[in-house]
Amino acid sequence: MQRIGVFVCWCGSNIAATVDVHAVAEAAKLEPGVVFSTDYQYMCSQAGQNMIIDAVKEHKLTGLVICSCSPRMHEATFRKTAANAGINPYMVEIANIREQCSWVHKDMPTGTEKAIILAKAAIAKVHLNTPLTPGESKVTKRALVIGGGIAGIQTALDIADAGYPVDIVEKEPTIGGKMAQLDKTFPTLDCAACILTPKMVDAAQNENIRIISYAKVEEVGGFVGNFHVKIRKKARFVNEDVCTGCGLCTEKCPQKKVPNAFNLNMDNHRAIYIPFAQAVPKVAVIDPDYCNMLKNGKCGVCAKVCTAGAIDYKQEDQIIEEDYGAIVAATGYNPISVEKFDEFAYSQSKDVITSLEFERLTNAAGPTAGKLLRPSDGEHPHTIVFVQCVGSRCASCAGKGKEYCSKICCMYTAKHAMLVRDKYPDTEVYVFYIDVRTPGKNFDEFYRRAVEEYGVHYIKGMVGKVTPENGKLKVQASDLLADRQLHIDADLVVLAAAIEPDKSARPLATMLTASMDTNDFFTEAHPKLRPVESPTAGIFLSGACQGPKDIPETVSQASAAAAKVIGLLSKNTLKGNPCVAQSDELMCNGCSSCANVCPYGAITYVNKEFRMPDRTTKVRRVASVNPAVCQGCGACTVACPSGAMDLNGFKNNQIMAEVDAICK
Amino acid sequence: MQTVTRETLLDKASALLASGEVSRVLGWKKGEFAYDVTPAVFESAEEMEKDFVYDIFSGANFSKYLIKETAKEGKVLVFLKPCDSYSFNQLLTEHRFDREKVYAIGIPCDGMMDASTVKALAPEGLVSAERDGDNLVIHTLYDGDKILPYADNLPDRCRHCKSKKVVAYDEMLGENGDVVDSHRFDEVAELEAMSEDARFAFWQNELSRCIRCNACRDVCPACTCEKCVFDNPKSGVENKAISDSYEEKMFHIIRAFHVAGRCTDCGECSRVCPQNIPLHLLNRKFIYDIDRNYGDYMAGAEEGSRAPLVNYKTEDPEAADVLERGDK
Repeated sequence: MQRIGVFVCWCGSNIAATVDVHAVAEAAKLEPGVVFSTDYQYMCSQAGQNMIIDAVKEHKLTGLVICSCSPRMHEATFRKTAANAGINPYMVEIANIREQCSWVHKDMPTGTEKAIILAKAAIAKVHLNTPLTPGESKVTKRALVIGGGIAGIQTALDIADAGYPVDIVEKEPTIGGKMAQLDKTFPTLDCAACILTPKMVDAAQNENIRIISYAKVEEVGGFVGNFHVKIRKKARFVNEDVCTGCGLCTEKCPQKKVPNAFNLNMDNHRAIYIPFAQAVPKVAVIDPDYCNMLKNGKCGVCAKVCTAGAIDYKQEDQIIEEDYGAIVAATGYNPISVEKFDEFAYSQSKDVITSLEFERLTNAAGPTAGKLLRPSDGEHPHTIVFVQCVGSRCASCAGKGKEYCSKICCMYTAKHAMLVRDKYPDTEVYVFYIDVRTPGKNFDEFYRRAVEEYGVHYIKGMVGKVTPENGKLKVQASDLLADRQLHIDADLVVLAAAIEPDKSARPLATMLTASMDTNDFFTEAHPKLRPVESPTAGIFLSGACQGPKDIPETVSQASAAAAKVIGLLSKNTLKGNPCVAQSDELMCNGCSSCANVCPYGAITYVNKEFRMPDRTTKVRRVASVNPAVCQGCGACTVACPSGAMDLNGFKNNQIMAEVDAICK
Repeated sequence: MQTVTRETLLDKASALLASGEVSRVLGWKKGEFAYDVTPAVFESAEEMEKDFVYDIFSGANFSKYLIKETAKEGKVLVFLKPCDSYSFNQLLTEHRFDREKVYAIGIPCDGMMDASTVKALAPEGLVSAERDGDNLVIHTLYDGDKILPYADNLPDRCRHCKSKKVVAYDEMLGENGDVVDSHRFDEVAELEAMSEDARFAFWQNELSRCIRCNACRDVCPACTCEKCVFDNPKSGVENKAISDSYEEKMFHIIRAFHVAGRCTDCGECSRVCPQNIPLHLLNRKFIYDIDRNYGDYMAGAEEGSRAPLVNYKTEDPEAADVLERGDK
């Protein structure tokens, strides 16, 4: 029989306001095995913990029930307290009487009744608890960063700086991500390339960083400290180690009609190309969909002109397998497709563009060499209309847009408007907005400058319709403050498209078993207190894959993620979770049901010899769980038809005992 | 028409026994009465010649016996009717026996009688029954012969046959058939259409007759646990006395859950039930629900297939998606 102590926490008034904590403690005293029961204002405080330690010693307690907040908050605290008091940490059960009781009930009698029931259930469970000891596993001191934008680069640089090797896997032929496509950055207006490219070069030159570009993660196995990852490096048909990046091939290639994705398809490059001048690695790549040699074996010009002999038409995809201790997701974002928003005529007129396309049109390395020209006729636009919140904050346009605020659009639109007015004073610039949201250091000042110094017309209201007519864009809009309809003949319309997580994030999350929200942004372990960690141990989040972010925020988060990774990699071993599945070999049929449902691949089968009652032996196929890989999800325990599989710490009989206690 | 006769099977088995290819034969043996044909293991041609039967009562599914028989030395010859072959595959999927130690002969089937069905047709003085072309001929002590159409009087499991195709064999005797649609979910649909009270009354009436003889569990090819939860003292349900006549419902409901997604709908549970409870309807309801919710799935149709309920795929939707999607 256990000797159980019950400790009921008031949590200030969080619990005590709706639960009669004293009544709970008194009721617990009547339960079998309970030899001590009390309540206290803050159980998690030093004084509260000392009270527990003293009670353990005085009453020779073997099991503890803490009636308090969610185990997610303080289970670890009280397990440590138990260990300090000299009993096994897994002899502690938490009855959650805050989140699941006091916070959801309004009146004291109901709250108290439920709290007593929850306490009884926890007491019933503790009776069946057994001491558990976590196993240990080694930590592989190497990190993987998935995504080579500014988030991934910063995270990798910081990890490498601490002395740990780190690999960046980038799906494009070069690192740099979205920031490489931008022109100027708010609120200081320094050029994006000027601040990004030194970091790209740093990453390339850092001996602890390996850049695996034009590649994607195909398989992730293992667990925190011991991930095993399979990476597919796509064939670029150019030997990366030999190519000098001279660019001669990209000038001689006869196939000139390949849409330039870096310039958002607003101009063309050759079938062999280097994405942009400062690409890292600065190595050419052949687009197999356009290359004449790869398509029909007729050409070979690039191979002829390449003095380094880097062209290899027979190159194949390469599979890289590597072990990592930690993985950082830095998969970034993309603007949503605005084609669904018919009213803005994006697919009808070339002169309706997205803000990212606008960045390329004003960028010196862009299709117009930095001159703002209308895509349709190359003329200088005089009237420019910016439309904000295209697909953002759009609760009613389900399926088309996003409910959330994309956060960066107000600032970059102010930047665009200001820059246009600065460079082309003969223009009229209108910005249509729902609200202007500019929190952030020097952000509101920046926006005020656009309005007050540069004379940008900010109009509260949305654009209803854009109609291309005789080379003009007829913009119909409402001015909510003046309460009237506006008709503007514009030359260029710029849509601030909402941003969404990159499409590669969802399958990646599945591989990483990292959770996502309904918008496909990665979920953090705690929205306030653990913002750069995924709930899955060993998986960290960097940049816009976790939520819309501007560059300063992305970089801060990237460094924060790196700090978490460094903290993990600095450990030699990790303590595992002892609450893992275990198979009772005498009952196991070896049917494979458990292995079929295991999301972690933690279950294997072995043929084992068993002694039978009649002294013969019999070889049977039985399940065996790798405790280091098992995450304790319990899927196997419900799939097992014979009840051979059970979860330590959450055994079937423990859960039944809780249910029985609740139903009694 | 049955193209395979007792002699065909006997010749085949004798030859395989004589050549040493197999050491044992799983076959049907005559019982006390003509209609209680039972499964048996034969070790010689002589034994078979004496006791082996193959007639309209040779309905027992042998696949489950393979677990025990393959644990012995040598190979086992087994005869598989179409529905037996599904159980055979399912057991292989669950690694319950060694395929190498079995020689499987597929035999076609167009429905087998069972004792209770024939007894119901001739309640007084039943002697024996046989098939004559399309007719069932029942010999009785007092009323002479009763002649009825064979197909119309088959037990439920054969009237609603799911397949005439033997899906696993080393050798096929006679002509293999196809998967058939014989409205096997009609009765389930009828039950579903009942009011809750009426359905409760139906099951109460049926399951209250249960005497917990465990025959359904013991014959079931999906019930092959090393130790059944109902025999396991740790489970807390073993040896529990019933408090009312309807309490055995829990046994049947739990059993239906345990075999969900693994039941091949062979109907043996209902065949062996001494109280004539239509137990297969419980399992069929699960099959019907799985088909509707997760797409058609037939346990045992393919060796190694994964039942929708016990399968994890990386592309499985997240719980939040399922919630959004609603019932599908």
